[in-house]
Amino acid sequence: MSPRLRDLVTVLRSKNSGPFELTLDVVFGDPETYRWVKASGVLSRATVARLYGIGEERVLVAEFFDPALAFKATIVRPTPSGTVGETDTYGAQQHAPLLDLVVP
Amino acid sequence: MSEFRCLSTIGMLGYGIPEDSLRRGVERRPHMIGADAGSTDAGPHKLGRGVPDVSRAATARDLGLMIRAGKELGVPVVIGSAGGSGAAPHVEWTWEIVREVAAREGFGLRVAVIWADVPRAWVAERVAAGRVRPLGPAPALDAPTLEQTVSIVGQMGTEPIIRALDAGAELVLAGRACDAAIFAAPAIRAGVDPGLAWHMGEILECGAMCAEPGSANDCILGTLQADRFVIEPMNPARACTPTSVACHSLYERSHPSRSEGPGHLLDLSACCFEPLDDRRVAVSGSRYRRTPLRVKLEGSALAGYRTMVIGGVRDPIAIERLDEILGAVEAATRDYFALVREAAWSLRFVVYGRDGVMGALEPMRQITGHEVGILLDVVAGSQELANTVCAFARSQLQHYHYKGILATGANVAFPTAPSDTPCGSVYRYTVYHLVEVDDPCELFRLEMRELP
Repeated sequence: MSPRLRDLVTVLRSKNSGPFELTLDVVFGDPETYRWVKASGVLSRATVARLYGIGEERVLVAEFFDPALAFKATIVRPTPSGTVGETDTYGAQQHAPLLDLVVP
Repeated sequence: MSEFRCLSTIGMLGYGIPEDSLRRGVERRPHMIGADAGSTDAGPHKLGRGVPDVSRAATARDLGLMIRAGKELGVPVVIGSAGGSGAAPHVEWTWEIVREVAAREGFGLRVAVIWADVPRAWVAERVAAGRVRPLGPAPALDAPTLEQTVSIVGQMGTEPIIRALDAGAELVLAGRACDAAIFAAPAIRAGVDPGLAWHMGEILECGAMCAEPGSANDCILGTLQADRFVIEPMNPARACTPTSVACHSLYERSHPSRSEGPGHLLDLSACCFEPLDDRRVAVSGSRYRRTPLRVKLEGSALAGYRTMVIGGVRDPIAIERLDEILGAVEAATRDYFALVREAAWSLRFVVYGRDGVMGALEPMRQITGHEVGILLDVVAGSQELANTVCAFARSQLQHYHYKGILATGANVAFPTAPSDTPCGSVYRYTVYHLVEVDDPCELFRLEMRELP
């Protein structure tokens, strides 16, 4: 059975990057797993857009960072932080859709 | 100087510095002691209202510990983004606490206060001159928006802090500052490579978040050497590993390997994170490139006044009919208040158990639990109107007669009495922009204050 991201990572979190952006960090525990997931192509701008139901133009960054064995995606917040209509001022609980992403 | 040591006492002044960790840090004889006191994270109200988001007592305790440690070692203490947002009311609030602490402890202190407030008229001129642009997805800044903005601050880089240290400050109380500049400034002043200094500052400003287990509420030591820096937690229960430190380079930043500050770009793509032992990590390869000098501005405007009520629904028939109920309550409220159309108000329901946390980004919208929580959130042009709209909508929610209703008592359970909570003023970020400046100190006035 193909594993889900939650079984492969040591950190998977979301947080504000300034009041207008939300950033998602996916950090792997060992280089082998990291290289395998990176090579699978499953972590991409298109995947992030699909999981969050947004256009790819709202995914500002989707990049790997080898020194941290990490993938980072940054998206435009639905509303600026703490403004009327907010559901998560710190942006700290927006990562869940990534947890169950299946790595083929 | 063969090495330059910076002690970061905590990720946020007022979170509670652990005294054991601080003592271990002081034993390492750092050349400066610093802490960040601010963030935009908690929302725009801090800047708008001019209020802190940590308690006065907790701030007094942490400041007392830091100032005493600085006195003991004869090294400067640097506080960045004083009072939370680093605008004048926040800086004055912190200054009052410093005065009390110094009086209580009976020591004199040479304090540098660096103001970070930016006048609206100055920003308007720069907007008109085409020298202001939005940072990332922030909307463009126009004259009416600027008119509504109640407070604007600029984020200082290292230069204003260096100037304060040159003036002999024992304590630097900086208004809004780049978090990393708290540590980068004294290091650059000592002749350290700016790439290493800024990168180390970015790691230190969050306290021991870069350790394993991570925590903002603990001390961390950064040691700058010729071509690298070393990160070491002061609490023996924590360890830094190459992954924990590299991973922290991602934290709260848009891009994994690039970050911009006033007049520079920091490029981490060639960084190397090496373990020195099982608790210390050496970092090298942080590259610094000069860019045109731009200062980040932050500003917020009044958005209205809030009244809210939290309730829960346990009736499975009501949960099935929830969309109908909430739609009808909103419609009835709109009808009723059509009479006061000239007064602006808005209403929304945050439904926990459906999409209360992720809102528009939630991919799973069906309710699968046996109960849901409802937050009714009203924002209006006055507190009085917000109270009135909230009370009306809440009563509609209690007694709306939905299809198939059996429970005619009421539709919602309130955990508090009174059910409705007036929350006061609500703000929004209107300014998150970069402005071109000619001099890195021009927005940041230095004022020396002596405590005898």
